[in-house]
Amino acid sequence: MTLHRPVLRAVGLTKRFGSVVANDDVSLDVAAGELHCLFGENGAGKSTLSAMLHGELQPDAGHIEVDGRRTDFRSPADAIAEGIGMVHQHFVLARALTVIENIVAGTSRSGWRLGLTEARERLSRLCGDLGIAIELDAPLWQLSVGEQQWVEILKALYLDARVLILDEPTAVLTPQESGKLFGMIGKMRDRGLAVVIVTHKLREVLQADTITVLRRGRKVGTLDGRDATVESLTRLMIGGDLASSPARSSNSPGRVAVQATGLMAKGSWGETIVDDVSLMVRSGEIFGIAGVAGNGQKPLLEMLAGIREPESGSLLIGDRQLEGLSAADFMRAGVGIIPEDRYAEGLVGPFSIAENIILGRHRSKDLCRGLFIAGDRVVAKAEEAMRRYSIAAPAINTPVSRLSGGNAQKVVLARELDQASVLLLANQPTRGLDIGVVATVHEELRRKRDEGVAVILVSEDIDDLFDLCDRIGVMFAGRIVGIVSPETTSRDIVGSMMVGRAPAGGATCA
Amino acid sequence: MMDALLDNALLISVFVTMLRSATPLLLSSIGELAIQRAGIWNLGVEGTMLSAAFAAYAVVVATGSLPLATVAAVLVGALVGALTSMLTVALKLDQFVTGLAINLVASGLTLYLFRSNHAVFSAGNFTGFAPVAVPFLADIPVIGRIFFQQRLPTYLALALIPLAWFFLHRTRQGLELRVLGENPKVLQTRGIAVAPRLWLIIVAGSGLTGLGGAFLVLGLSDRFIPEITAGRGWLVVVALVAGNWSLFGTITAVFAFAALQAIASHAQVLNLPVPYQFLLALPYIASLATLMIFRSRSGQPAHLGLRDIGK
Repeated sequence: MTLHRPVLRAVGLTKRFGSVVANDDVSLDVAAGELHCLFGENGAGKSTLSAMLHGELQPDAGHIEVDGRRTDFRSPADAIAEGIGMVHQHFVLARALTVIENIVAGTSRSGWRLGLTEARERLSRLCGDLGIAIELDAPLWQLSVGEQQWVEILKALYLDARVLILDEPTAVLTPQESGKLFGMIGKMRDRGLAVVIVTHKLREVLQADTITVLRRGRKVGTLDGRDATVESLTRLMIGGDLASSPARSSNSPGRVAVQATGLMAKGSWGETIVDDVSLMVRSGEIFGIAGVAGNGQKPLLEMLAGIREPESGSLLIGDRQLEGLSAADFMRAGVGIIPEDRYAEGLVGPFSIAENIILGRHRSKDLCRGLFIAGDRVVAKAEEAMRRYSIAAPAINTPVSRLSGGNAQKVVLARELDQASVLLLANQPTRGLDIGVVATVHEELRRKRDEGVAVILVSEDIDDLFDLCDRIGVMFAGRIVGIVSPETTSRDIVGSMMVGRAPAGGATCA
Repeated sequence: MMDALLDNALLISVFVTMLRSATPLLLSSIGELAIQRAGIWNLGVEGTMLSAAFAAYAVVVATGSLPLATVAAVLVGALVGALTSMLTVALKLDQFVTGLAINLVASGLTLYLFRSNHAVFSAGNFTGFAPVAVPFLADIPVIGRIFFQQRLPTYLALALIPLAWFFLHRTRQGLELRVLGENPKVLQTRGIAVAPRLWLIIVAGSGLTGLGGAFLVLGLSDRFIPEITAGRGWLVVVALVAGNWSLFGTITAVFAFAALQAIASHAQVLNLPVPYQFLLALPYIASLATLMIFRSRSGQPAHLGLRDIGK
């Protein structure tokens, strides 16, 4: 696969947003039939670069060549016309429409009849080539996340893409789905397609033919996939060595902090979304919940936090029986929650850092004087939190909507870690954060555990769960289908449990 | 009372009236369905119908021409649609507030224009659309009387039902319209400009709504009174929600409202043991009831009412 002529070439691309240089003189060559990986931490400029490559952003300097011809993409339509397809990390699909409708919508500029016969033939040929089977007339919402990604890939190939750019394609996939995706990528490569994947996962990078590493908007190296190692890539990515992560807890867990029995929850159409879940977590342990998003993790955490009332079941937290009580009672019992979507559920955007830090505790005695909130105490608390979590912001009265994702998450952490004296619930607390903040979040979860708090961590990232947790429960279709110990179980077994396949040979231990 | 109900002529008359009162609702709801399926939660139906009704009235009084009056109503409807597009698509204002504002302006403006030209209008007399019998078909017993001795716009409204379905589900533009209401980014990422399409859909849909407004004056009453729409625009909005944004659900709701209106207008002959005022209020009570019963929103376009429309 060497010595192919470059089908896509970027020459000295530079992009500035105000005073921030997102991409600084980045060049790369992508050859037909190769898997090219854009690698770097969050914020390294990968997304900006891929946005320029498919015409969504226009470079301030530099240019893009396709087949040696200089192009000037003013919109994604120009890039599509040159055969460059894009699969966004957040899928761009219409959930109520069918697979085939999603694929053909907006592809033809002539004629008024929606002739699907020809499209159907082409698509079934494409599916055959890629080795996938998909029901073209199924409404999109019935598809799994992995299948939705296939639809995105088909959308691009249907328009005769010769270069396919995939932005963080495995972020939402199970290990099995990721494996299948790389199988498809292999087939596309054999057919002479160039595939560019944007990722920060080392395991995936090592499968690439060519790796372009970005750091702080600059290209810091191009490697041949065969020569790359985890160490060399890490060094390039962060410009130094990572401190090795500390081991799991050595101290044995203490008394039972949470005892949930037979928790049930129903969704808005009356369907069961949490089905008879029982779990027990001791203080001083991190209990992980693995699973593909939407298998009941969120409603389970909401019940444990008192935000959602269980249909049935009992819930003992600390030494209090809490089912049926209000969220305020749960807070008084020492439960803190780091929600999945920090902006929608964890913060009030226009409110200041200080106000967000006291949210929900504005009635507690130590923040009030009589009927009024004691301003000086709030200020003291907020300033301490800013120092303690090194929140980078001009002042405590800065609205949190102006903070970066990492700093906003630190505000949530400051409030909820302080709140959680018995139980800390965390739903994907590191999603979308860069590697430095991820380390901080993990550090804080460990510290909480060492303080003797029970921690329940929901994550789709199996690697994180294996690094942090003492036990991992796997959720599928609203049930906990098994509880495993990361020391005695492989990632693949957890992966197959996540998609509802029973583990081979009773992995339910611990 | 039973005798009266069984009376064939009376029953036929109720059905004829039902189709006649359904006409403005059908025309407006098909226009509004197109707009809402494209993702614009347009609440200005009442104001659009009212403005168009007034335009039809003013032109028919001035010229005596039914075709001119109809065209004027459609144009005024389209003009209100252009205003809606400017506010919701170009300026991305809140769609609810825009609709309410349009209703208020239409109500005030038509009232003012009507009152300030009272002398002209009180002198003007006109006859609206007359029933047109379809040759042969009109002679079929019962069915012929009900369906084939209606006014032209009624035939048009009925013909539009299958046409609208065909457009939405069997044409490229119809698919793109539905995609707009679900996720406009799908089109944007394929390099298709969203705003011009929305303009076109809103203007065309409002023109159709305007035709519905014209029928209030030219087909239902042969006159104009302030607030002649009497909440019909809101009934259209309710019909869409109750019909879960499907064409046939919406049409079913429209016919149910129209049937109640027809029964109310025959109240005295039918000699029903309820006060006349209650019967007049029935469609509105029914609309509340439908909303309470059909609470499903599963057919609601995912992007309905959202303001991040894109370019």
